[in-house]
Amino acid sequence: MPARASSIHGIEMDLVLEALARRHGYDFRHYARASLKRRMTGLAQKLGCAHIAELVPRVLHDDALLPEILAGLSVPVTEMFRDPPVFKAIRDTLLPMLATHPRINIWQAGCATGEEVYSLAILLKEADLLHKTQIYATDINDIALAKAEDGIFPAKAIEKYSDNYLKAGGQGALASYFSMGYGFAKIDAAIKEHISFAHHNLVADGVFCEVGLVVCRNVLIYFDRVLQDRVLGLFSDSLSRGGFLCLGTKENVTFSAAAPLFAAVDPALRLYKKRG
Amino acid sequence: MSALSPHLPSGHSPIAAVGIGCSAGGLDALRHILPGLPAGLPVPVVVVAHMGPSPDNPVLEAIGRHSGLPVVEAKERGKAVAGFVHVCPPDYHLLVEADHGFALSVDPKVNNSRPSIDVFLCAAAESWGSGLLAVLLTGASGDGAAGMAAVKAAGGLCIVQDPAGAHAPTMPRSAIDAGGADWVAPLDEIAGLIVSLCPPPRLEATS
Ligand SMILES: C[S@@+](CC[C@H](N)C(=O)[O-])C[C@H]1O[C@@H](n2cnc3c(N)ncnc32)[C@H](O)[C@@H]1O
Repeated sequence: MPARASSIHGIEMDLVLEALARRHGYDFRHYARASLKRRMTGLAQKLGCAHIAELVPRVLHDDALLPEILAGLSVPVTEMFRDPPVFKAIRDTLLPMLATHPRINIWQAGCATGEEVYSLAILLKEADLLHKTQIYATDINDIALAKAEDGIFPAKAIEKYSDNYLKAGGQGALASYFSMGYGFAKIDAAIKEHISFAHHNLVADGVFCEVGLVVCRNVLIYFDRVLQDRVLGLFSDSLSRGGFLCLGTKENVTFSAAAPLFAAVDPALRLYKKRG
Repeated sequence: MSALSPHLPSGHSPIAAVGIGCSAGGLDALRHILPGLPAGLPVPVVVVAHMGPSPDNPVLEAIGRHSGLPVVEAKERGKAVAGFVHVCPPDYHLLVEADHGFALSVDPKVNNSRPSIDVFLCAAAESWGSGLLAVLLTGASGDGAAGMAAVKAAGGLCIVQDPAGAHAPTMPRSAIDAGGADWVAPLDEIAGLIVSLCPPPRLEATS
């Protein structure tokens, strides 16, 4: 159990978190507190609550509100090809190794609104591997998942991401993977058909399949050490022998209890390999 | 605005950390201030500077050689360590947990900025309470004003660069207007003020 906070805000947060965990089974008690407090304060304001604690009756009695509460507490902020050097390394280093397998399974955990998983699929397409690939993209936020599955983004955003795509070694034009219209860009069905979107909670849910690559970026920064260790263990259990793990550029396995499970492939870019 | 003497108000708890926020013109201002902080300063210094996304850390590179104290990037779950300058990485918000450990987030931009000085100062104020000395420098943004107010509300102390001499006066001006300044000081006096408010440097480090 994390230390109990004695400030009024801290007490209110504990009450809301306990209500969410006991009523709905969503346990945010091992999330990093400082940013969770900001989001909870924002959620309370958005729902017209004068105090955070007023979220408690909403959590307990208004089940229809749950998706919005989960969406407010999680952070579906993402981009295509964020940190281009990482995608370049996946393209140049990991994909040639995955290519030797007859089938490729990938789990992208914390996919938010899908920009990152579509970036991955485009890399696989350009390496001529997508046809034998299945990607599972999961998140706790159903509202974000639905957007991810739609695969529709503002056309302006695609322009902005083109630069990242080229820096990541993109071989064509990013826009060519989308059909454009009315200021929006819709991802091609040929890219999407290799991705399954699913609700999966890293806090509570277990292994659902064996994969050769886990991509989970900018999710562990929201977790405390205890939860980070659990989730890294879950990734190790999901990876086949010699499978790869890609974390966000400010995330690390080094100081985790799970560190012995992984060996660094490119430590600066946070690419690891399951040991044993 | 208040013009307190350059000493800790009597009865005030000792300073436990210094948080510095800056935006446009901030790197030059930091190069001015950091050489004035002595080795062995017994508190951590944390710098949050506005910058665009970048695979490396431009602030770290710009100020690393201009500081008497070692400059490092603030690490996820790393602790704020006395005698070090911790710099926020680009494209992340920097927060501080109750145990004075750092947390990073990619939450949406606040005041059009990530990192946001408000996000940092609000969390730092909660972590260090009255032990926080916050410093807001030049910038063409309203970021930082709410954070300075949060620092004051938590009992901490605030230094704001005098907008008159600042490269970009908007940011310090907004903080002063929001009532978040205990001292308004020209750039040249800020390092001295920080040193006189902090506990004396540890001797073993200075010798
Ligand atoms: C900041 S986004 C990262 C998006 C993407 N991976 C990237 O780096 O651009 C974090 C995502 O993690 C999801 N998340 C948070 N807690 C989770 C949990 N317990 N299980 C699964 N996903 C979670 C959030 O809903 C959010 O979509």
